[in-house]
Amino acid sequence: MRVGHAGWAFAAPALLIITVFFFVPVLSALIVSLTDFDLYALADIRNLRFVGLDNYRQLLHAPQFWRAVANTGYFVAVGVPLSLAASLASALLVNSRLAYCSAFFRTALFAPVVTTLVAVAVVWRYLLHTRYGLINYALAHVGIHPIDWLGDPHWALPAIILLAVWKNFGYNMVIFMAALHSIPVDLYEAARLDGASRWQEFGRITLPMLRPTLLLVSILTVAGYFQLFAEPYVMTQGGPLQSTVSVLYFMYEEGFKWWNLGSASAVAFLLFLMILAVTALQVRLTRDAQAR
Amino acid sequence: MSAPGSRVLLHTLLLGAAAITLFPLLWMLSVSFMAGGEASAFPPPLLPGHGTLANYRQLFGQQNIGRYLTNSLSLAAMTTLLSLLLNSLAGYAFAKLRVVIPAMAGIFGVFLVRQYALAIPDELLEAARIDGAGEMRIFQSIVLPALRPILVTLGVFTFLGSWNDFMWPLIVLTDQGLYTLPIALATLSREHVQDNELMMAGAVLTVLPVLALFLSLQRYYIRGILMGSVKG
Repeated sequence: MRVGHAGWAFAAPALLIITVFFFVPVLSALIVSLTDFDLYALADIRNLRFVGLDNYRQLLHAPQFWRAVANTGYFVAVGVPLSLAASLASALLVNSRLAYCSAFFRTALFAPVVTTLVAVAVVWRYLLHTRYGLINYALAHVGIHPIDWLGDPHWALPAIILLAVWKNFGYNMVIFMAALHSIPVDLYEAARLDGASRWQEFGRITLPMLRPTLLLVSILTVAGYFQLFAEPYVMTQGGPLQSTVSVLYFMYEEGFKWWNLGSASAVAFLLFLMILAVTALQVRLTRDAQAR
Repeated sequence: MSAPGSRVLLHTLLLGAAAITLFPLLWMLSVSFMAGGEASAFPPPLLPGHGTLANYRQLFGQQNIGRYLTNSLSLAAMTTLLSLLLNSLAGYAFAKLRVVIPAMAGIFGVFLVRQYALAIPDELLEAARIDGAGEMRIFQSIVLPALRPILVTLGVFTFLGSWNDFMWPLIVLTDQGLYTLPIALATLSREHVQDNELMMAGAVLTVLPVLALFLSLQRYYIRGILMGSVKG
């Protein structure tokens, strides 16, 4: 076997799998999103009609879809900054020269990341229980009346954000820790000689040096938070009053509860476009900030 | 602030953060040993009065959880093995065998292996070829051993990803006998909203295997995150 031939033979299985499980589904979803694929078409494919952009048009006029977009937007806009702040703060703490047992703390803070979302969502559902939940019990000690976390439309999404931040912040913490390690120590020493305060060090050295990492991490986190699904599925089933229906949850119900697969595929593509647009915006904003 | 003062503050914050991340997991474990209904009391009890395995017995006896555990295990194991095989072949090919598909290098597994395979000295491969070794032989006896650490990393990632995956199996698995653990747990939790203690035992069974895997191979897992983010 010549080297070039061997190379193609070695790469072929992976390329085939990637094609079959990525490109083919994406392409077929795109095609399905242009049809009225539903229960009737599922029973008899001859009922399938090409409808052009009708699915997209209908979605853009559907209040439930916009509700899901707004909920997801809220989840991303509040959840991502909170999550990044928790990651960065904990990375600074664990990385501190003064910290004992930093390996233990790193593992402890990272543990939620590897847990199964469904399982911890079940756990949190009970922690957030209005009468018997430990969170309300703890809040009662500081004089806060019981909150109906998952039953009140105003509190359900914040409760889910709490769970998401708890579950996810450790991942970015590890990335921040590595980035913090790579900042040259002389920068801080020089700053200290010049009499800089801790806050000045953080604002003038740490943050600017972390900018590339911050961009990367925020892009990945935003893309991940846009795909909110399992938390509302387990904890609230989209309720109360649709307040936790995310775009993916909407897509799931559209596709696998009502079997409007054409419309569900269109939702998936709209979500993809939203993520793409927000990512482009993030890159643009960072570039502008750097140019200044 | 003085050095001892800031050290105390620092460790207070660290302990507080660790308490927040670990408490729900420890509480889950504790409640899973409580008798039915015990946790639904005020104030919420932290430890079981009389530890019992009744919830686990019920899960394995009546809820068929052993079946779902086996499903999850075998699915994750097969996915991991297959992905390791394909990714190591392709990653090595992209690094050393003059196959160029730049757009493809973004796929995490292939990319990870490729980064690692680049470090294998070309002389070693050439020498083996001159000695008459076939490409498959070279892959088995030189490349695979050299890739071992990164394959462990990739293996942990794939296993955890498959185990924790929710949406894809939820959509694809229509036959209840094929449910994975997370799907079974989600279904169970919709039916048994009141059975706090039973659900905690189910959550423990779902979380414990991956947590144990992570704790034993932590170093490899963290390296995967860093390679994927710093260089990607």
